Amino acid sequence: MEFKDYYKVMGVARDATETQIKQAYRKLARKFHPDVSKEKDAEARFKELGEAYEVLKTPEKRAAYDQLGQNYRAGENFRPPPDWDAGFEFSGPGGGAGADSDYSDFFASLFGAAGGRSRRAQGPAGADRGEDHHAKVLLDLEATLQGGARTLTLRVPGIDSTGHLVSKDRTLSVQIPKGILAGQHIRLAKQGEPAPGSGEPGDLFIEVEFQPHALYRVDARDLYLTLPVAPWEAALGATVKTPTPLGPVDLKIPPGSHAGTKLRLKTRGIPATPPGDLYVVLDIALPPADDERSKAAYQAMASALAFNPRTGLGV
Amino acid sequence: MPSIKSQPLSGHIVEEFGYVNIEDLSRLCAVDRRHIVELVEEGILEIRDAEPTAAAWHFSSEHVRRAKLALRLERDLEINLAGVALALQLMEELERMRGEIHGRLSR
Repeated sequence: MEFKDYYKVMGVARDATETQIKQAYRKLARKFHPDVSKEKDAEARFKELGEAYEVLKTPEKRAAYDQLGQNYRAGENFRPPPDWDAGFEFSGPGGGAGADSDYSDFFASLFGAAGGRSRRAQGPAGADRGEDHHAKVLLDLEATLQGGARTLTLRVPGIDSTGHLVSKDRTLSVQIPKGILAGQHIRLAKQGEPAPGSGEPGDLFIEVEFQPHALYRVDARDLYLTLPVAPWEAALGATVKTPTPLGPVDLKIPPGSHAGTKLRLKTRGIPATPPGDLYVVLDIALPPADDERSKAAYQAMASALAFNPRTGLGV
Repeated sequence: MPSIKSQPLSGHIVEEFGYVNIEDLSRLCAVDRRHIVELVEEGILEIRDAEPTAAAWHFSSEHVRRAKLALRLERDLEINLAGVALALQLMEELERMRGEIHGRLSR
């Protein structure tokens, strides 16, 4: 495990005041927050920042970290001494950045359960129900197009025998409801945390996102497919085979189509309620002019048509 | 924790009917119901039908993502709900303008 220099992460001096730490956090948080940032490593940077802030803003944690940090530099191999944190009392969950995200092994080894547990709502209805669990999964698009079982591996926070926060892998097979959309949630009843008392376990909520698909681009419930057509198919009209999630269909290309022409196949999108549509966007593919015959064909076209594609440009 | 079963687990889509009730929304966001009420009072979330008691409130499915985003901004950026409302409004404006520029370029 590598030692993390939280002061360096936040860009503050080791003797920075609480105000300076707060200011540094807010500035960097606005820069790297994954919801607002366009930086490419925003998510990783933000996670690291949240962790650093969680430690440095809490006087007890900062004191413990400082005591430990005297002998280490960032990136050095690190092993926490046994009982290193004796005598420090951490005052419960912070609820700061990343309160429900994974902390690094480094953080967990230091602050464990005391630092990492997030604030969780008690379900309003059953006060003694176990906590809900939340997970996010990346599915193949076919999972929603056809439905079917998928094996999911989820990281679940747990407490080990020494009371430290650890994350365990939990593998479960889940029937994916046909027609689920990105951003929607599958509720698996009673698959959350067992109740502390005699109540019901919490539920497991799985948020769904889709991996990019080779053919279709997803926009909510609609799908977009780019379909290459020959110039004469676009110009004269044609009936061509096109793939759809339910299998290939014959698609009628109207005469006078051009690149970017959008054809809608109703209800051929994601089979949600109501079902989405499939939009076929035409792309004109040019045949290569790599032999005498094809060159002659292009030349014949050039002499037959007085065609200037640049008339709109004033030249 | 329940063990792994050979039979796949079946669940249902929380947003199945195009809307969620306040209990589901607060559980999806892992916050107390009071917090959702605050988002409504700030105008960040809209209820579907004007119901007098919060317990009967429903929200369109798109609001799940919006509520989660708002709560993340509030917590991570340490801004109050009025600030969150403003940030969301500006983010939407930015999104719309980006879409417009993209549409113009690809025309």
